[in-house]
Amino acid sequence: MPLMMNNKTPVWRRREPLAQRLIWLAYFLTVLLFLLCWKIVSDNTIWEFLADAHIQAASLIGRMIPPQWSISGSLLLPLWDTINIATVGTALGVLIAFPLAFLAARNTSPHPALRAFALAVIVSSRSINALIWAILLVTIVGPGLLAGMIAIALRSIGFVGKLLYEAIEEIQVTPVEAVTATGAGRMQILNYAVLPQIMPAFAGITVYRWDINIRESTVLGLVGAGGIGLQMNAAINNLAWAQVSMVFVLIFATVILSEWVSAKVRHAVI
Amino acid sequence: MTDNSLAGAQRIAAAQNGQWQPLPHISSAALRWGLNAAALIYLVLVYFSVDINWARVAQGLDRGVAFMASFFSPDFITRGGEIAIGLRESLTMTFVATVLGIALAIPVGLGAARNIAPAPVYYFCRAIIALSRTFQEIIIAILFVAMFGFGPLAGVMTLAFATIGFMAKLLAEDIEDAQRDPMEAVRATGASWLQWINYAVQPQVMPRLIGLSLYRLDINFRESAIIGIVGAGGIGATLNTSINRYDYDTSAAVLLVIIGIVLCSEYLSGYVRKWTA
Repeated sequence: MPLMMNNKTPVWRRREPLAQRLIWLAYFLTVLLFLLCWKIVSDNTIWEFLADAHIQAASLIGRMIPPQWSISGSLLLPLWDTINIATVGTALGVLIAFPLAFLAARNTSPHPALRAFALAVIVSSRSINALIWAILLVTIVGPGLLAGMIAIALRSIGFVGKLLYEAIEEIQVTPVEAVTATGAGRMQILNYAVLPQIMPAFAGITVYRWDINIRESTVLGLVGAGGIGLQMNAAINNLAWAQVSMVFVLIFATVILSEWVSAKVRHAVI
Repeated sequence: MTDNSLAGAQRIAAAQNGQWQPLPHISSAALRWGLNAAALIYLVLVYFSVDINWARVAQGLDRGVAFMASFFSPDFITRGGEIAIGLRESLTMTFVATVLGIALAIPVGLGAARNIAPAPVYYFCRAIIALSRTFQEIIIAILFVAMFGFGPLAGVMTLAFATIGFMAKLLAEDIEDAQRDPMEAVRATGASWLQWINYAVQPQVMPRLIGLSLYRLDINFRESAIIGIVGAGGIGATLNTSINRYDYDTSAAVLLVIIGIVLCSEYLSGYVRKWTA
């Protein structure tokens, strides 16, 4: 127990002096780095713009309230498109991520080289945001829902693949050994010993990703990849902030709903 | 004999004849087929609401191939200056925003933990979290750019705002899961509220808080690569320009840099988490 003598009375301390000083040093270095970074950010900021920021903010919020409820009818079709982008994108991503996860998991991977390849695909897909994929795909397959769906799918591969291969690596070995002992082949082992153990995790991960994809697909329209983001972009470019806030209200409602659905399903399967 | 055990006996009899099959995942046959039919109908509906311009897709395919090929010949040099400036801005924005966001998320997280906060504070903090979590970073960035003008400050505000919702929610859940015994023990010594938080709550949540902070640093860096598209600073502007110019070699270079930094930070955070846990 770290004790410090203060006028010959022992006083309790939480840590040894050296550990305490190291922690203080870490905090000090963090603050130092923060100030350095802040200096660079501040040098690149035009502070004059900030003088009237509160007026800008007030006027922006003033123009957003009340939302223009009358356009909500024309937003339903784009909203349907957005949900389709998320759902089909998730389905495509999961289809690719599922075999990839088996290649990436240490205990099911057929070959170390394949494992390295699968891990590289997962990391690349995870590092790049769906919006960047969307920008790329709009230049490749043209603007529209297809670009959005593929973008969501490409981003989902990494997420689902990573969580799924971690789930596969954590399975119990006893059922695998039992099924192996019956003389089962490689695919039979996967089918009867591994698959049943990861199915709940797989369903949970898929629904969780779907929920995230609903959020992400609302903004893909900003770069032309379809959905409600197209309407939002048009409204922003026209400075029609009352329409923008109407889109926000719809996005908010959709996201709350999808979060509720995802929580229900995950509760049911796990 | 109930229906279930009858079916079970039949299954065992079938298995003894060598005809075993695993149980279906959804036990009710009506629900199982209903879900399958619903999925099929949904796919047909989607197929008709997405009209794919196959001619345009075919036309773009060689562009797709060119993009893939450019990953093997990334060009770090031609736009090297822009990449370096964008990268420096992204990294500084990320760090400032993460530190600010975590500093603000700690009080919100304390307020959003049901076991230590009174009801009004709890609902107020939960509202902040819901607001921050619903909207994508890029939407917040558009609003902040409109308010604060172009530049990295809008980006810092955006990322800090998004960090508050993420960190506060996870911190609050962690505090709610904390053990009660140390909290009661410290309270029984007559500790003040601040001492109570410092000696009973903080040690329990600190390892997870450090891990989450590093994870959020990683997310913020990835997000900083896109908020530049709407003028909030960072490497996103460089990337967007290069894609719009069909300068795929530079795009590939920027993407490789992003992937490399994310990989490094993942290794680093794994190391730090092992060290603090």
